[in-house]
This record gives sequence, C-alpha cells and structure tokens, in this order.
Amino acid sequence: MKITLRIWRQHHQDQPGAMEAYEVDEISPDMSFLEVLDLLNEDLTLNGGEPVAFDHDCREGICGMCSLVINGLAHGPEALTTTCQLYMRHFEDGQVIDVEPWRSTAFPVIRDLVVDRSALDRIIEAGGYVSAPTGAAADANAVTVPKKDADRAFDAAACIGCGACVAACPNGSASLFLGAKITHLGSLPQGQPERDERALAMVEQHDAEGFGGCTQIGECTAVCPAGIPLDMISQLNHDVLSGLKHQSGQ
Amino acid sequence: MNDYFTEGDPLQDTQDPGGPLKDRWDKRRFEAKLISPANRRKVSIIVIGTGLAGGSAAATLGEAGYNVKVFCYQDSARRAHSIAAQGGINAAKDYRNDGDSIHRLFYDTVKGGDYRSRESNVYRLAQVSAAIIDQAVAQGVPFAREYGGLLDTRSFGGVQVSRTFYARGQTGQQLLLGAYQALERQVGAGTVELNTRHEMLDLIVIDGKARGVVVRDMVTGEFETHLADAVVLASGGYGNVYYLSTNAMGCNVTASWRAHRKGAYFANPCYTQIHPTCIPVSGDHQSKLTLMSESLRNDGRIWVPVKAGDDRAPADIPEDERDYYLERVYPAFGNLVPRDVASRAAKKQCDEGRGVGPGGLGVYLDLTHAIKRLGRHVIEEKYGNLFDMYAKITDEDPYQAPMRIYPAIHYTMGGLWVDYDLQSSIPGLFVIGEANFSDHGANRLGASALMQGLADGYFVLPGTINDYLARNPLPADVDANHPAVVEAAEGVRERTERLLSINGSRSVDSFHKELGSIVWEYCGMERNAEGLSHAIEEIRRLRDEFWTDVKVTGVNEELNQSLERAGRVADFFGLAELMCIDALHREESCGAHFRSESQTEGGEALRQDEDFSYVAAWEFGGDGDEPVLHREHLEFENIKVQQRSYK
Ligand SMILES: Cc1cc2nc3c(=O)[nH]c(=O)nc-3n(C[C@H](O)[C@H](O)[C@H](O)COP(=O)(O)OP(=O)(O)OC[C@H]3O[C@@H](n4cnc5c(N)ncnc54)[C@H](O)[C@@H]3O)c2cc1C
Repeated sequence: MKITLRIWRQHHQDQPGAMEAYEVDEISPDMSFLEVLDLLNEDLTLNGGEPVAFDHDCREGICGMCSLVINGLAHGPEALTTTCQLYMRHFEDGQVIDVEPWRSTAFPVIRDLVVDRSALDRIIEAGGYVSAPTGAAADANAVTVPKKDADRAFDAAACIGCGACVAACPNGSASLFLGAKITHLGSLPQGQPERDERALAMVEQHDAEGFGGCTQIGECTAVCPAGIPLDMISQLNHDVLSGLKHQSGQ
Repeated sequence: MNDYFTEGDPLQDTQDPGGPLKDRWDKRRFEAKLISPANRRKVSIIVIGTGLAGGSAAATLGEAGYNVKVFCYQDSARRAHSIAAQGGINAAKDYRNDGDSIHRLFYDTVKGGDYRSRESNVYRLAQVSAAIIDQAVAQGVPFAREYGGLLDTRSFGGVQVSRTFYARGQTGQQLLLGAYQALERQVGAGTVELNTRHEMLDLIVIDGKARGVVVRDMVTGEFETHLADAVVLASGGYGNVYYLSTNAMGCNVTASWRAHRKGAYFANPCYTQIHPTCIPVSGDHQSKLTLMSESLRNDGRIWVPVKAGDDRAPADIPEDERDYYLERVYPAFGNLVPRDVASRAAKKQCDEGRGVGPGGLGVYLDLTHAIKRLGRHVIEEKYGNLFDMYAKITDEDPYQAPMRIYPAIHYTMGGLWVDYDLQSSIPGLFVIGEANFSDHGANRLGASALMQGLADGYFVLPGTINDYLARNPLPADVDANHPAVVEAAEGVRERTERLLSINGSRSVDSFHKELGSIVWEYCGMERNAEGLSHAIEEIRRLRDEFWTDVKVTGVNEELNQSLERAGRVADFFGLAELMCIDALHREESCGAHFRSESQTEGGEALRQDEDFSYVAAWEFGGDGDEPVLHREHLEFENIKVQQRSYK
C-alpha cells in the first residue's frame, strides 16, 4: 500500500506548528499504524530529515502512552483500539491520512505529536487512591466483595489513562477519566472511607488543570480504547453531589 | 575459551543470616539497624523505575518517612512495562485447600528454576507472598472474584496447585495502578519527588559507595546530577537486546549496564526466558511481539498435525490426526509444563516440519474444546481481552479457530547480582524487580515476576535498606562539585556528543535489528559453543560499525528520540557480548539455557551440577578487556537436587 500522511510538525512548545505531507510506500496491511511511522522515520533519518516525535511504549494497547488524532478521531477509526493496535488493513491504498497530537489546553504540545499529560497524574495525586500504607492490610479474604461490584470496579479500573477522552471532547473535559477512577474505587468496600473527599479533591484538581466541564456529549466514550461507559460520569456527579452534601453537614 | 574472560575470587558473603530456613528473614530484620521515624526525613533515597518494583518501593519508603526521588523514562509512572503483565500473581495463600504452602511455593520455584537459585532468597519470597495479595486488595485492586465474593485463583505452568490470583487478563495493569496510586499519594504528601521523562545515564560512586545518578531530562536535554544516601535500581529486564520481544519498545539495560561498568556485578546474563505462547512474527516490519498469556494453557490445548506439511484448516484435521504433544510427552503436567520445556517442545515440532501457519513457525493453542465445555461467555470472561488482542493483530477470530503461537523472548532471569539484602556488589546500590538476578534461577515460573517485584518493593527492600542507611550516611561535604560527580556528568556529556557527531549512514534501529537477530540466532532457544564464539565476533564487529557509522539525528537540547535509542542500543552491545560469554562458559543446560552439547537422551536439559552449581557473577573488566568471573556457590540444604521431571 501507498499512503500520504499529513503530520503535525512542531519543533518546540513555544514555536508554531504546521501540517506537512509525506508519502510512505511499501506498507503491508499487517503493519500497525506506528510501524508506518517507524518506516517514515527510517526514511527521514537516512535522507536528511528530522524524524517525527511520537509517544509509544508497550505497543499492545495497555500502557496508554500512544496517542494521535487520526483523521480527526482520537486513536483512529477502529472502536476500542489504541493507535498502536490499529492495523493498516483498515485503510485504503492511496489514502491521505491526517495525523495530529491530542489537542487540549491541559495537554501542551512538547514536540510534533508528543504532548504533556502530567495533569492526569496530578488528578490522581489529589485523591485517586485508597490510603493503605504498606503493612497495614487485613487478610485479602477478610472482606468479601460481591462479584458484580468487583466486576464493575474492574471495568472502571481498565482505564489506561491515555487522555483520548480529553482529546475528543469539544469542552476538553477529563470527566470520563475522573468518572472511571471514582467508579473503580467507589465500587469497592476499601474505597468507601475516603469516597466523598476523593470525588471533591479530584474534581477540584481537574478544574484547576484547565480541563473543561462535561455536557454529556459522549465523544469521550466513543473513542475510549478501554470502553469506559458514559454512566461512569453519572457516578462521578453522584459522588460529587453527595460529597458536597456531607460536607455541608446535610 | 578462556580467552574471553578471566577468573576472579569466588563470592563468599551473601549476607545470608543462616539458621533454620524459616527463621532467616525474621532474624535479618531483627539484626538490621533502624532509623527512627523522626530522622528518616533527613535520609534520601533515589529510585530508578516506577514499575511494580520501583513504584511499590518508592511508595513504601515514602510512607516510612524517607526523602525519596524517583525517575522513569515514560511520561507517567503508571506506564512502566509492568502494566502489560497479563496472567496473574502467585501467592501461597492456600485458599483452595489444595496442598499449597510456603514450602511448596519455595520448592516449586527452586525446582522450576532448575536448581540455580539461592534457597534463602526464594524461601523469603514465598514467605512474603501472601501479604502482597492482602496489600493489593487493601489498595482496591479489583482481583477476580467468585460469586460468593471471595478471591478466585487459577493455575500456571510448572505447578499442581491453584495459587495464581488475577484480574482478568490485566493483572499487571491493576497491580501497577495500585502501586502507582500509592506512589502518587506520597507525591501529594511531599515525601516522594517524581521525575518522569528522565533517563538515568550513569551511576555516581563516591569512595566505593553508590551516592547518586546522572539523568537526562528527555524534554530539555539537560544533564542533571542527583545525590542521595542510597540508590535503588528498579529498571526492569533486558529482553529488548533481542530487538523483537514482548517487552515495551523503551525497555532497556542502560541503568543496569552503566552500574555494571561502575562495579556492579552482572549475574547469569545468559538466563533469558523464551515464552512459549506468543503471536508469531508476521513480517520484517514488525517492531514487537505480543504475548498470549500462559493462563490460556489452563483451558487451552497445544497441538500440531501428526503429518508434517499438513496444511488443512485446523477444523478439518480430525482428532486422531492431531498430536497434543505436551499431553503425550508430559502426562503429569500436560499443557502446564514450565515455559522452557514448552518452548523447546514447540521449536522441536516446527524444526521437524509439523509447524503451522506462514513459514511453519507456529503451533496451535486451541480453546475450542473449552468453549464447547464451558460456554463462550465463561471463556470471554476469563480471557476476553487476550482474544480481542489476538483478533486485532492477526485479523483471525480465535473463538472460531485455534490461535497460532510461537515462542518469543519475554523475561530475563539474569540481572545485577545482589546479596540477601538485595544490595549489589557496590555498597549502597540496591537492585529490585526484574533488574536483579535473584529468585528465579535459570527459569522463572509464570506469575512469579509480579510476586517478586512487589515482594522486593513492598517488603524486602524496606526491611533491609535501613541497615545500610543507618550505617552509611552521605558525607556532609559531598555536593554537586565533588570530583566524582563532575566526572560522571562529564562522561555522559561526552558520550552523548560522540553519538551525535558520528553522522554515519545507518539508523539506530537497523543496528538494533541486526544485533537482535544475532543474539536470537546464537543465544536464543538453543546454544552451542561454535555458534556462541561466532556470535561474540559478530557482535564486536557490529559494535565497531555502530560507533563509526550510526546516524543520530538532531541535537541534545531537545526531545530527541533518536538519541535516546542510540544510547540504549550502545549499551545492548556490551550486554549481548557478555550474555554470549556467559552462555559459552556454562557448558551445561539448565532451565532456559539449553546447550545442545548437554542434553538427556530424551532431549531435555541436562545439568552438570558438579561443575556448574553456581551463580556466575561478572565483573566489568574495562573497555576492551575481558570480564572477570566470580562464582557464588549454591548450597541446597532444604531441597533435594534432582533431574527436573514433568512427566
Ligand atoms: C507482556 C508481558 C506479560 C507478563 N505477564 C506476567 C504475568 O502474568 N505474571 C508475572 O508474574 N509476570 C509477568 N510478566 C513479567 C513482569 O511483568 C515483569 O517482570 C515485571 O513487571 C517487571 O517489573 P519491574 O518493576 O522490575 O520493571 P518494569 O515494570 O519494566 O519497570 C521499569 C521501570 O524502570 C524505568 N527505567 C528503565 N530504565 C530507566 C532509565 N535508564 N532511567 C530511568 N528510568 C528507567 C522505566 O521507566 C520503568 O518505570 C510479563 C511480562 C511481559 C512483557
């Protein structure tokens, strides 16, 4: 296959960027999207160009490091798929494909397709945990957890923290990310003692980082490679409201 | 052969507390000096890595009140490659009442490692294993549960009990998120300073003790020096020396290798694990290989057609024309033999022409029987994400036809040598997780790496490092101007400039691929003297070519992925050579190290205990000089050493 990639090139955070076109030939349909970028970079390296910077690591869809908006869609056209697991068989020979970084105020571009997502870590730092210092734990089977609660917690905990939800949201909101963590910990008995504070602290940090509010558009869940459902945002809203209620002593 | 190395003194002291096996860990902890809680804030520790080992250690040391600085090369601590572990984590909980015990986990691990690990360390691992599960549950790790609300378990290779806890096919992810959240809590509390996108490029050693690191800020290119009372490496394994592996693209040996060059012994580098169930290579473009978890062997059956060259679709091959070769040859363990045995068996079938799929490099892993027996929804629940991943990569539906699998590099048992305290041969440098060599001997059992990484990070290191810290404070007069600090930073700068100035004609990746294919060919699943000697010459030739003809683009003062990779590949050359020397010197087969000259009549690994019952700890000899071999003799007082048998 032969493909034209129009890629966002931006040398540095403080410099303007622009789309540049590159032709890549001899693409096998069994190649992943990132392997096409590897091929392009090999070519750029040997022919005096600057290789395209992009984030990636595990290349099996779990580390959450890869990103890319591909033809306007975060992680490209396949549902429940990260960019690293997107294969060229889903594209047509001769196709022109636009490749851009995650775009959001809270995710400044570092270089080309690489952005700074540390805001998500700071949201977890604000309260996305159970306070359980090492050594203080009771026997693992001391508290039973109904299977449906454990399963719900798992479904939420499957979030890979890639930030696609933010990139897809017209408001630049990270509510799906928030909702996933709040649902994960809030579904388990271990997460109950800090449930109110957690929701309030995480939302406060979310807003301080410059993420926008949620207006229930649903683009986030449509692009989420881990399939985090929209109702986890309802769980978030529920926990925030009850947190506020308890805080004001009602 | 002795041209390749020189003999050094044997390693006598491993800090083993001695006495009855089961009391040793208590004894060591009791004898260790402590630092009072009020004083810990003044004591600083550097941790390299935020995987299960580094993340859990940094969080725990932070909770204890130490002043911790942690580094990782990814953009977030949550992305360390531990995140990709699929199948599960072992613990001797005996919740199944199926005969499990600390002693059995200890026994299985030593036997699985083909009697090439240290009894005291392995026993301690088994002892602390249960507390890991407790800790993870307390953090909110959503392990799989049964309808009654209790934890579910499954079986992994090389054992006959069900002691593996899991969270669907994403156990590593869930355990790492637990550790990561604990770590972020400490960042919030101010005990831990987290530096992402920072790569350690050298170790700072002052008066023989590890006192700091040189790191490169991967966004600005700035070289920073950081000093501390002690340094902990938790930088993961070196499987990427093979280029194609199940590791993440960024996994590397740089932190360990730089420490090795500064005096840390590297132990058993040739013990590398080839995992039997990975998706076969599909073409030259491929950048990595994907594991299909060993847990699939609980319900999956491995087979090939009886007839060589049989290219019918699997469903068209009748039962009596299939060879379920693991069940046939190893009836006691069947499909759940250890990885080294399963991998070699698959290779043998393919070498004899019965392999399936493109190039005949594949065998079937068949869950269709289980789907019929248990129903699709049960299989989906247990392995759904693995099936999805397989379908995405191969474009085939594993619910309809069996998966095709082939062995691939997955894990490295070798690593920096550590004593019972997990301290390397450089005082003050501790090594935990996959980066050390400690517990798995010549072959690791499935679901034991997560156990070891978390045992090291949550329990073992926090119980031993205090002794060193209490006795060896960082001298007050050591600062960034100390000659050793300046020299280390200068060395890193010079090396970087050298890489950038070569401006040759080949890309970094092309060297990495070529290096990988040499190591896979001659130091992979089967090794022999002739091939290994040849590989050593090839590696040296390629290394010289690299330093004269590599092309690294851009400059240092920017985000420069070409430069990052060049530094890592440069270090892989040294490691690859040492791996081959180690493999060449070990004239026996044991576990994953299979020397074709040393096998039983049935083609199983044949150990030579008389000559090789030791850990090979290699000291760096200097550039261009041979490494020095230090032997640590292995004593087995609590386990009878036998020829391993899974029949
Ligand atoms: C696909 C796959 C599946 C697996 N499944 C299982 C399983 O089911 N059960 C099991 O027990 N084991 C499994 N394993 C093995 C297990 O996951 C690993 O051995 C273990 O997670 C390693 O943890 P770690 O903390 O030692 O290293 P890692 O998780 O690899 O972390 C290394 C850390 O070091 C950092 N680092 C590395 N070099 C540098 C440097 N120079 N400077 C700064 N930072 C650096 C990285 O950024 C990272 O944070 C699996 C492995 C793979 C590859």
